[in-house]
Amino acid sequence: MALDTSTAPTASSKLVKAATSETRVARLTLIAVALGFVALFLLLPLATVFIEAFRKGPAEFATALRDPETFSAIRLTLIVAAISVPLNLVFGVAASWAIAKFEFKGKAFLTTLIDLPFSVSPVISGLVFVLLFGANSALGPFLQKHGIHILFAVPGLVLATVFVTFPFVARELIPLMQEQGTSDEEAALSLGATGWQTFWHVTLPNIKWGLLYGVLLCNARAMGEFGAVSVVSGHIRGQTNTMPLQVEILYNEYNFVAAFAVAAVLALLALVTLVLKTALEIRYSDEIAASRRH
Amino acid sequence: MRSNRLAGIMKLALVVGSLQLGSAGIAAADTTILNVSYDPTRELYKDFNAAFAEKWKADTGETVTIQTSHGGSGKQARSVIDGLEADVVTLALEADIDAIAQATGKIPADWKARLENNSAPYTSTIVFLVRKGNPKGIKDWGDLTKDGIQVITPNPKTSGGARWNFLAAWAWARAANNGDDAKAQEYVTQLFKHVPVLDTGARGATTTFVQRGLGDVLLAWENEAYLSLEELGPDNFEIVTPSISIKAEPPVALVDGNVDAKDTRKVSEAYLNYLYSDAGQKIAAKHYYRPFKPELADPKDTARFADLKLVTIDEFGGWKEAQPKFFADGGVFDQIYKPGQ
Repeated sequence: MALDTSTAPTASSKLVKAATSETRVARLTLIAVALGFVALFLLLPLATVFIEAFRKGPAEFATALRDPETFSAIRLTLIVAAISVPLNLVFGVAASWAIAKFEFKGKAFLTTLIDLPFSVSPVISGLVFVLLFGANSALGPFLQKHGIHILFAVPGLVLATVFVTFPFVARELIPLMQEQGTSDEEAALSLGATGWQTFWHVTLPNIKWGLLYGVLLCNARAMGEFGAVSVVSGHIRGQTNTMPLQVEILYNEYNFVAAFAVAAVLALLALVTLVLKTALEIRYSDEIAASRRH
Repeated sequence: MRSNRLAGIMKLALVVGSLQLGSAGIAAADTTILNVSYDPTRELYKDFNAAFAEKWKADTGETVTIQTSHGGSGKQARSVIDGLEADVVTLALEADIDAIAQATGKIPADWKARLENNSAPYTSTIVFLVRKGNPKGIKDWGDLTKDGIQVITPNPKTSGGARWNFLAAWAWARAANNGDDAKAQEYVTQLFKHVPVLDTGARGATTTFVQRGLGDVLLAWENEAYLSLEELGPDNFEIVTPSISIKAEPPVALVDGNVDAKDTRKVSEAYLNYLYSDAGQKIAAKHYYRPFKPELADPKDTARFADLKLVTIDEFGGWKEAQPKFFADGGVFDQIYKPGQ
């Protein structure tokens, strides 16, 4: 036994060393391949968007964005994201809280259900709302009689976006909360905290970084969604076109500068979220490491 | 965490605020009508809407806002059937308006007779777009089936424009063979052996020809051909007008069910009638649509349209007959087109 314990660390440290002792050439090749891939598939397309947007100079770029229809598309995209992201935030926290901290019948089913929007094509996600709320659906005549506009209006766009971005927050939180277990909450409860206090002062601080990441992802997708939104939009210019739809319209009208200008703004919004996330991660790196516990 | 909650509340307030702003904006305009149209009419209606709004203001003192929606003709018809509240539809094919009439009852079955020229204020036709200098020497339909020529046209199963292409080719071959439909079918069969790829829509086919550089000749709407010439450079392409082509009549119709519900009948009717007026015909011609009354349009614009023999859909028994015969499952197109041969 004495022999065993003394050799065990050496054996494992040898093993660790062996796993990373590639030759210099192999390491450089790997790094080059990884960087090359990122440059070719991520940076180059992104750069093209900005180059095309500014092809005719910043004045043209600014004119393209001042177009009232484009402006309304940007506004609509922000409105839709501002409604659907908070909805999915509340739902995501509630669902992952239930799944990670409690045992109940049908839990596996609920988990699968949350993943559904990931596996369903966005076009289908849009079509289901046409089938539900369209003029020929069971609800159609009722909605029409009461003048309620869902399809081809903001509510339809929000519904489709919520559906598509449904899993982002929950998917981010469930593994994290499961990993953290329930001991903190149990300690809080045993010290006399109410359920709400426990959530607010114990659970939420523990998950806030995962939550932030989920919200950012959810927001990026909400602003960028094309397929589902295209089906329920009705494409009324200056009214129900979101930014991705406006990009397609402008491109089809041979208006390349304007199309790429809108695309650049969309990319910029995504980049801002990423930069924000990275900045926060650097600023609070210790805290994040502690909350993740790995 | 309190600041988080505060931020959340502020965000919500912002949303509610902007929503109210949005609805107030709509209520402030006197009237709003929606024109649901097809793909290539974007530029046309942008001009026309501005002209009509000005005229309506001058005549009645009311402010009218015209919204437009563009997309594939069949898809747009589908949206109106699903409840998109179009006041007027201006689509590529009669069959699409018929579909709305049948499915919703919001348009009477005899809609075609309500306006002049079968409710088509402007028409168009099918021409050839070739590469600059016409290197393959393409002059007429007969040249398209010569060895080594590649023809680009979208799929007639999915594209309205492609159906016009198909029938235009048929019309030429039938005339060239003294009205022999069997010979015409032989020609069209040969023609489709020269098609390397079938796109699903007209703009897709244009992109294939113009951007991807595939093919020697693109069968295109006349207005699309001129527009791509204007937008993508007259240095690269030129238009060849064949001896015979087809008269494509994109029809317009009032959606009675919607205008009565929204109380916009008067302005919507005036909108459609204005298409037939001096100004409307001028704008159509300016955007390369052949005006129904060319004498009203600018002679400079109408001079651009080459003179050619135009056959109408009636020579194929109208769309009600042509559609099932040529393009339904198992129809003529399915019999002659075998991919990869």
